Amino acid sequence: MEGNMNPYPISAIQIVSVVFSLFLLGVIFSLIRRKKLSEEYAILWVIISALFLGLSVFRGLIDAISSLLGIKYQPASLFLILFGCLFLLGFHFSLVISDLKKKLNAMAKTVTILQERLEEKERTA
Amino acid sequence: MKVMVLIPAFNEEHTISSVISEIRKHIPEALVCVVNDGSTDRTREVLDGIAGIRALHLPYNMGIGGAVWTGFHFFLNSGCDALVRLDGDGQHPPAQAGLLLEALAGGETDLVIGSRFLKKEGFQSSLTRRGGIKLLDVLTKLILRQKITDNTSGFRAYSRRAVAHLAEDYPFDYPEPIEVYLLARAGMGIREVPTRMVSRREGVSSIGLFRSYYYLVKVLLTIFVNFIYGRKHESLSD
Repeated sequence: MEGNMNPYPISAIQIVSVVFSLFLLGVIFSLIRRKKLSEEYAILWVIISALFLGLSVFRGLIDAISSLLGIKYQPASLFLILFGCLFLLGFHFSLVISDLKKKLNAMAKTVTILQERLEEKERTA
Repeated sequence: MKVMVLIPAFNEEHTISSVISEIRKHIPEALVCVVNDGSTDRTREVLDGIAGIRALHLPYNMGIGGAVWTGFHFFLNSGCDALVRLDGDGQHPPAQAGLLLEALAGGETDLVIGSRFLKKEGFQSSLTRRGGIKLLDVLTKLILRQKITDNTSGFRAYSRRAVAHLAEDYPFDYPEPIEVYLLARAGMGIREVPTRMVSRREGVSSIGLFRSYYYLVKVLLTIFVNFIYGRKHESLSD
């Protein structure tokens, strides 16, 4: 494989990326098992790690994607995929945060009203 | 008509008690509810020292919209029929609250806005702000076909059904201009009455120069989104 004048030293990086993807998957599974990461939010990370593992093992995939999209410089497709994944993750987190903020405010509102009512009752009792 | 006065307050230790005593003087029968929006000064202690009011203390600063929204929910449980909202910094004179309530009394109107610009009297705000307010007014006129001269004014009176409608899903960050859209879309009557406002006695506006542009962009975005999605409901307001 080293002898066929490959313009990108993918072999070395391939090993590194396979190892890294496996490590990432391992960390995610272990976090889920220890209940530090809820499955709901882990799903995106699992999908992304699996995607990267797939891309590392099957080197032809990147080439195929590049020619499909008409990208001449293959690593650019890798960056494109990476950027897309990060974008999705960031967007997903914005949604989660908006939802949490809404729930937090609703809870604070209710607690505040109940607390005042309780204090008012104690005052007049 | 049982009236509640809602005062959203963020760091108003120096002005809140005089605002409350003004309210007592001019609308003595009203239930006074102050929502302390996570103040970091002595607002809480000052409120603790005033008897006969209902003070809600939010556990963190939720922003003006969150404070008003909390007050709306309190109002819906209070058994009152009409709500007056005014600021805790003294810029909305309680002496004029009666004007808003009169306009509400007919039953045709669900929201009454106290406007600085209907008659150009009293404090008129800075030039840049007035530009932003003007832009909002032009938009409101285009979209709702109703002239609102002071859509950012927080000096307002609401009917019970207006509060019930707004409390459901309230625009948290900068609620005033959006309230008008939500209520108009629900087919409720909106009126303005001329009021005289006072330049704030203490503290600064909750909206600085940079923030006021952010405010404008955000409000425009919300109006834009609501206008597009809400277009089919638009005919209700005619």
